[in-house]
Amino acid sequence: MLIKELTELNGVSGNEDEVREFIKKEAEKYADEITEDSMGNLICYKKGTSSKYRVMLSAHMDEVGFMVTGYEDSMLKFASIGGIDERILPGKRVLVGEKRIPGVIGSKPIHLQEKAERGNNIKQKNMYIDIGAEKKEEAEKLAPLGEYIAFHSLYTEFGDGCIKAKALDDRIGCAILLEILKETYQFDLYVCFTVQEEIGLRGAGVAAFRVNPDIAIVVEGTTCSDVPGAREHEYSTVMGQGAALTIMDRTSYPNKKLVEFMCKTAQNRNIPVQYKQTTTGGNDAGKIQLTRDGVVVASVSVPCRYIHSPVSVMKREDYESCLKLVKAVLDEFGSDENLIESFCV
Amino acid sequence: MDYINILKDLSTYPGVSGREDKLSGYIAKMFEKYCDSVEIDEFYNVIGIKKGKGGLGRRIMVTAHIDEIGLIVKSIDEKGFVTVSNIGGVDSKVLLAQEVIIHGKKEIYGIIGAKPPHLLTAEEIKKAVKMEDLVIDTGLLAEEVRENVSIGDIITFKVDPFVLQNNRLSSKSLDNRAGVAALLDIMENLTLLNHNDDVWFVATVQEEVGLRGANIAAYNINPDLAIVIDVCHGQIPGTPKESVFPVGKGPAVAIGPNLHRKYSRKMIEVAKEENIPYQIDVEPGDTGTEAWAVQISREGIPTLLVSIPLKYMHTVIETLSIDDIKNTGRLIARFISMTGNEMEEVLC
Repeated sequence: MLIKELTELNGVSGNEDEVREFIKKEAEKYADEITEDSMGNLICYKKGTSSKYRVMLSAHMDEVGFMVTGYEDSMLKFASIGGIDERILPGKRVLVGEKRIPGVIGSKPIHLQEKAERGNNIKQKNMYIDIGAEKKEEAEKLAPLGEYIAFHSLYTEFGDGCIKAKALDDRIGCAILLEILKETYQFDLYVCFTVQEEIGLRGAGVAAFRVNPDIAIVVEGTTCSDVPGAREHEYSTVMGQGAALTIMDRTSYPNKKLVEFMCKTAQNRNIPVQYKQTTTGGNDAGKIQLTRDGVVVASVSVPCRYIHSPVSVMKREDYESCLKLVKAVLDEFGSDENLIESFCV
Repeated sequence: MDYINILKDLSTYPGVSGREDKLSGYIAKMFEKYCDSVEIDEFYNVIGIKKGKGGLGRRIMVTAHIDEIGLIVKSIDEKGFVTVSNIGGVDSKVLLAQEVIIHGKKEIYGIIGAKPPHLLTAEEIKKAVKMEDLVIDTGLLAEEVRENVSIGDIITFKVDPFVLQNNRLSSKSLDNRAGVAALLDIMENLTLLNHNDDVWFVATVQEEVGLRGANIAAYNINPDLAIVIDVCHGQIPGTPKESVFPVGKGPAVAIGPNLHRKYSRKMIEVAKEENIPYQIDVEPGDTGTEAWAVQISREGIPTLLVSIPLKYMHTVIETLSIDDIKNTGRLIARFISMTGNEMEEVLC
């Protein structure tokens, strides 16, 4: 099961090795050529049968997590890598370093909290990771400064076709792209698995520079706030309503013609699709759009509730919608030589 | 005893206060291995008796509560999200992004969510999330939730126990399943040690909601001496040293008005004589444990309290040292085997 395997790997930004090695093994079965660049991006090339165009698909391998920054007694102090809501941290399980040393995020139990502490959220600076070390020296040895730390969370299927896992953002994109790689297309296809998205879209621009694509589509896991406490216009996406197309966000302004074309393609083929209804957030499309002399981009995403937490939730049917839509769009690209060109003018 | 696996099983077995029935049955089976007789009372306290050799009919009662804190279903909204209240002292601040099981017509998996962080105002993000703002997402359609979940259904936390360095275990409900493991350890130790008095092991219910099970057990058993096993706060950064106990440095023997002075001294003497690591837990008033209820049962019962240091109490990552449980078992077993003949003497 690709989604299970992918989400149970650890790949905090800057330390994507485990994920890259796994994807490489899978991709080798289908790609004509695989390049690993100096940052760790994995670029899987699939030679086209006829078209002169270069199409790039991109999903990031990294996930949010933590890094060891110091010690307090025998405990690890830690900093976040990527955007994590500190309110979710107390009581979570983590794995430290390549050896996956188990740890728990500790804080003061309620009985020992002062009145003011009880009424306010616990600050990350007042938390620490307990690996069971007895002395500071032991902690330093097992978890040296700068060691990467990932959330621990097992892939779980539940509810009405739902999946809970960590790192659905963006292993779900990786899973979709590995499926796409299985087929052959008319145009040259560059499937890119990028690094360091969560700390500022660092990998995708570099990959896009190397690929120099005519068009690029980013496949993501995105915010889904269709939960109590949020008003309907704040939902961004709704779980179960299909692949989400981005109109604009903080980092990219996708090509209008391409986005409309993708939406229409979905509708023509009865693939559930929705527009992402907030302009917050951002993803690799932002960096790819501004690479070299500019690239035509679009983003399509699987809605994920509780994103950036160890218990992200998505619906399998949304994954299928997203995969079908990407396949359909590539299919259209292949059947009409001039289609890609038409987005550029 | 395979402590890690026994505790993994015990701590993940659901048994929220007032709904201990199945857990009681499970624990009764464990008791049967060591006790001469085991019964479950009307409140689901499990009582295991190990007869002494003295034939004097004197009773030592040893208790550990088996109930855990948890949540209860308050309402189901139009989309099927479930709101909750707490049973026992639950910190709402440690519940976000926590996995749970709703014990409805069937077991239903869910995740605790709330208003997403990017939609919170600057003021809201500082304030502790309130119990009433938490919702459980079951991923099910509303009608399916309503079919299977009723108001008042119990919710337990779902965790994967973690074995940490130095024989430490992190799980939910080690408060006080650790105490239950200690009871088993005492039983095992007593198979090798002589003891004159009858030992009444009681796995008690409803401690977290007001020491109810122990109250009833003390009245019914009317022991000559009671030893309560519970957990105490393990030492962590940022806490006053005098109210916390380092994990791995032995059980904490309580002294103070809630405890019988001479017996407490005796317990400490035994620890010293047997070279069992121990700590002193100074309790100037209410110990917050079953000892508080047991001591004033009927005409009064000499009561002792031995506690296992536990970090992050009432969270899903309660953490302890297996060695502390072993030493608790050893200490109390030795104490029981040594007091027999000296009981009169101590009591005078």
